[in-house]
Amino acid sequence: MYNVVMADYAHPETLVTTQWVADHAADPNVRVVEVDVDTKAYDEGHVPGAIAWAWTTQLSDTLTRDILSKEQFEKLANEAGLSNASTLVLYGDNNNWFAAWAFWQAKIYGHKNVRLMNGGRKKWLAEGREISTEKPAIKTGTGYRATAPDLSLRAFLPQVQEAQRNHAAALVDVRSPQEFSGEILAPPGLPETCQRGGHIPGARSIPWGKAANDDGTFKSLDELRQLYGGEGVDGSKPVIAYCRIGERSSHTWFVLKYLLGYDNVRNYDGSWTEWGNLVGAPVERGAAKAAGQ
Amino acid sequence: MRAEDFSERQLELEGWPVNVSSWRLGETWHAKADNVSPGAALARITAASKEEAEANAIARAKELLGRTRRHVV
Repeated sequence: MYNVVMADYAHPETLVTTQWVADHAADPNVRVVEVDVDTKAYDEGHVPGAIAWAWTTQLSDTLTRDILSKEQFEKLANEAGLSNASTLVLYGDNNNWFAAWAFWQAKIYGHKNVRLMNGGRKKWLAEGREISTEKPAIKTGTGYRATAPDLSLRAFLPQVQEAQRNHAAALVDVRSPQEFSGEILAPPGLPETCQRGGHIPGARSIPWGKAANDDGTFKSLDELRQLYGGEGVDGSKPVIAYCRIGERSSHTWFVLKYLLGYDNVRNYDGSWTEWGNLVGAPVERGAAKAAGQ
Repeated sequence: MRAEDFSERQLELEGWPVNVSSWRLGETWHAKADNVSPGAALARITAASKEEAEANAIARAKELLGRTRRHVV
């Protein structure tokens, strides 16, 4: 058990506890969604009343490499029975990475009330809470309308290149130390998806997991301030977070923007699968330098 | 139904730290293996016993981790 006071965070309204979800999952104004790479974990058992979103097929454009279009997001929301007034609660396996990706897209398309379940699927299971294998009946066609995309939340390649050249933004590499150094080209056990290993020159290595406790919940505000501030990422200038495909960096984006309250934080979803395959892009190799270097 | 008997342990496979977690849903045991850093799921297995589910998850994770190339930096 960790002694974390969620109310201390800059935007505590973006997090809910497992108990809150247990108390509200049947509320018609609340839509709980389990998000992961695919729906295999969901199919094995999920929070009662939750539906599933698969990152691979439902939260990315399956033809172009992109996030959903406004129309695609509206369709997803309508099919989920989500109204513009609904409270959208997201959780998932893989430490809430893909839930954070869905949170990021929901914010890009202007959904006001989005929350992550602190600790995700792992905490729900570990607490021995009720599990269902039934897919709930959903009343679709809510007339959901998304806003124009808020692209201030997203970093594109030219912005990252400029940040690398002129240090206009802090670049935060949230991958593992071995991915950062170039020792491995993908997380252990996963297929290599880039031509070169290493990191964007000037990026600080702050693996996503340092922001989380062993039970999957987020660390306290003070711990997070020390973690990122200790690496010079204190909100005094814009921040761009990246990883391999943008899902782990969604987790860090959430921490920086909503728990620490930094104003200008972007998720670079192109991440290393873009930068690490670019022709002519500079790459650094080697372990992270100590803070301040 | 509830998840019961959730447990988690860490071991090393092919030189990489791995988390193995398991739990029971009704009569079925579920096991998952993930690479600790970063924490991506490598295997999800169901079986009739905890031992079988964990052993199969470990075997699959070991197979995948064995393919990971380490590059000289």
